[in-house]
Amino acid sequence: MAAGVAAWLPFARAAAIGWMPVANLPMPVAPTEKNKRQDEVIILNVSGRRFQTWRNTLDRYPDTLLGSSEKEFFYNEETKEYFFDRDPDVFRSVLNFYRTGKLHYPRYECISSYDEELAFFGIVPEIIGDCCYEEYKDRKRENAERLMDDQEDNKDAKLPNMTFRETMWRAFENPHTSTMALVFYYVTGFFIAVSVITNVVETVPCGSAPNQKEVPCGERYTVAFFCMDTACVMIFTVEYLMRLFAAPNRYRFMRSVMSIIDVVAILPYYIGLVMTDNEDVSGAFVTLRVFRVFRIFKFSRHSQGLRILGYTLKSCASELGFLLFSLTMAIIIFATVMFYAEKGSSSSKFTSIPASFWYTIVTMTTLGYGDMVPKTIAGKIFGSICSLSGVLVIALPVPVIVSNFSRIYHQNQRADKRRAQKVQKARLARIRLSKAGSSSAFLHSKRNGLFNEALELTSSTKEEQHLGKSSSLLESQHHHLLHCLEKTTNHEFVDEQYYQQSYLEGGLQNYPPRSPSLSSQDGVTGTCCSRRSKKHNTPLRNASAPAHMQPLTHPQTHHHGLQELSTIHIQPLSTSRSSLNMRIDEPAPLNCQSSQITTAIISIPTPPVTTPEGDAHLPTGPSHQNVVKVSAL
Amino acid sequence: MGLVMGTFSVQTKPVTYHKDTADDDFEMTIVCHRPEGLDQLEAQTNFNKRELQVLYRGFKNECPSGVVNEDTFKQIYSQFFPHGDASTYAHYLFNAFDAGHTGSIKFEDFVTALSILLRGSVTEKLQWTFNLYDINRDGYINKEEMTDIVRAIYDMMGKYTYPVLKTDAPKQHVDAFFQKMDKNRDGVVTLDEFILSCQEDENIMRSLQLFENVI
Repeated sequence: MAAGVAAWLPFARAAAIGWMPVANLPMPVAPTEKNKRQDEVIILNVSGRRFQTWRNTLDRYPDTLLGSSEKEFFYNEETKEYFFDRDPDVFRSVLNFYRTGKLHYPRYECISSYDEELAFFGIVPEIIGDCCYEEYKDRKRENAERLMDDQEDNKDAKLPNMTFRETMWRAFENPHTSTMALVFYYVTGFFIAVSVITNVVETVPCGSAPNQKEVPCGERYTVAFFCMDTACVMIFTVEYLMRLFAAPNRYRFMRSVMSIIDVVAILPYYIGLVMTDNEDVSGAFVTLRVFRVFRIFKFSRHSQGLRILGYTLKSCASELGFLLFSLTMAIIIFATVMFYAEKGSSSSKFTSIPASFWYTIVTMTTLGYGDMVPKTIAGKIFGSICSLSGVLVIALPVPVIVSNFSRIYHQNQRADKRRAQKVQKARLARIRLSKAGSSSAFLHSKRNGLFNEALELTSSTKEEQHLGKSSSLLESQHHHLLHCLEKTTNHEFVDEQYYQQSYLEGGLQNYPPRSPSLSSQDGVTGTCCSRRSKKHNTPLRNASAPAHMQPLTHPQTHHHGLQELSTIHIQPLSTSRSSLNMRIDEPAPLNCQSSQITTAIISIPTPPVTTPEGDAHLPTGPSHQNVVKVSAL
Repeated sequence: MGLVMGTFSVQTKPVTYHKDTADDDFEMTIVCHRPEGLDQLEAQTNFNKRELQVLYRGFKNECPSGVVNEDTFKQIYSQFFPHGDASTYAHYLFNAFDAGHTGSIKFEDFVTALSILLRGSVTEKLQWTFNLYDINRDGYINKEEMTDIVRAIYDMMGKYTYPVLKTDAPKQHVDAFFQKMDKNRDGVVTLDEFILSCQEDENIMRSLQLFENVI
């Protein structure tokens, strides 16, 4: 129940007089205020700054420090005030929460100090109002990230019992953890460099024999280069196999980009080994050697920046795609125009539209090689338009890519949004839970309250009465109001599970509420069919062993409570209703203290005999029941 | 005495401010009510000053403008009945509180009604209840009106009840009611019949005294 409307509870209770003539049953006793105090101003001294408020204001939230009796621990007898040695600035927000019902987060406040104060005063941060909630969550996330970064530096502490495989994997992923790993890291890096340089030098023309043309070094020192290549490939193969062995999830490792690069880097060598001296495919074999250049990508394991660049390009795929697409459009347009413009001139290089593509690309990117130039006036005009537009077309998407890069480099936004969505769902769930708490609180207190009355009647000790008195006066008054409503309509509030169960048992006729309720957390939906297809019934509820709810259940006692069982089912409603109606004529005393509970039937849960689907028909006779009759008088 | 009253009482003046907006469609009037003086209210109702203060604080907290319109009223009332839909019953309640049919409840209306409900005599309470049931204010309660009221009460129970609410539950309830109240069996209940029947019923008499100590 919200804070502000707590002040309207007297009005709601007074309005309940409107139900009285309609009610058939006597009303329950109203909770009395044991010591009804006049509302007084209490003084809260927070580190010297005195706040004053009504006692009722604080009583609105009985599950916080200030609203409960916990504040008595801070009461100072001499000065007659409550002293808290906390931050007065934050306390302002806390006290305003009691006054207005809304919790605000001041922007200048440090997030951790605010959290500490809220925790001290027993306030859940989820209630922060929507106006301040975004800010609060952002700050909290930043803080958490900062903490995580600090923690990551300590993360590489070696866990005590790691298998050899795990150690190896850790060594591969974080080379600076052990010297062995570092050595391995540098050795592989060295060999990658050697391999790349070898590939490059292979093609350089070395000195030649005087009567022959220049030969590349690769052909001159074939054996040397071959040995070098073999050595590198062997190292790479060994490294790949070791990684494969150490990987925790081999399948995932094999699909990762780095491992594909590794495979592509060493594959040409093996293919070359296999297909030696076969002249037909030697051409293809030669092109395979091109793939050896992929070894340079293995460096990305050694360089963080390279990885980020690759990730950026991947994430800017849409912008790059747009750039490519707009360029293609422009190229086609201008190539066509140039072709037709230069068609007339003789010895024109613009032989076809695809041939003009080259000119357009070179012009638009402002390269201007000059191997193709327009000769006609029209061609020159369009050529100049082409170069001008080229500047524009290229200049426009590039800043987008740049800003993307900087955005990704600094913050990982997408992961945060995903996390925020989850948090938002969790927050809504928590708020819903607290709201549900208010309605389920009534059901709980009903059970507890009647439990205690039963104990009273069995003349138990006084201590056990305390169980029910823990709820505040406000709550008890609210519950009394709901109890009166139950009496008026001769129906009880139950929770959803019990309702569905009794629905399946009882008639298929359901009383349809007129409009969706404003404040109930469950929307009014569901038809008969949807209800039946729900598999809500918990296994404990024995759907096929109805116990009789005979006239023994006095309307004022809904005594399911001793154990959390609801295996009490009713027979077809008509009989029970008539039996209940019979009660009216009895002069039932209003005072609950007198004889209330005659007997109650508690059924011990038996394992479910049928599935919910099997309950399409009403269970007629009672099957085996374990019925325990408890007489409470 | 009159001088004192005159000096201390602040006349109820509805202050309306017209927002200067270029858009004529959205001309909003902010209505702000200040109630009559504390002394006057104390004289008119059965509350003492302190109780009026407590009431007004609560009232003003929830409705700073000094008036409650029907939507706010429904919202406030629905907070007390989270299980079901209290809006229909709140509508009838609103009409009962709003004696002058102005469409909004001022603090005076609020306090007057509460005075009757909490501190009034049995006859007054029953009369108020009769007015609540008599939706069209014709002096008679017929079956349709009663069915509406009872259905509104059942709506407040919500969906999850035990035993499961049946469609004809309100009708049965109304029939029982008319059985009891309609003495001359003419199909309507007049105020006298109502008061008479209620006075005969011990339960009702007792439950009317239930909320004596609410404030």
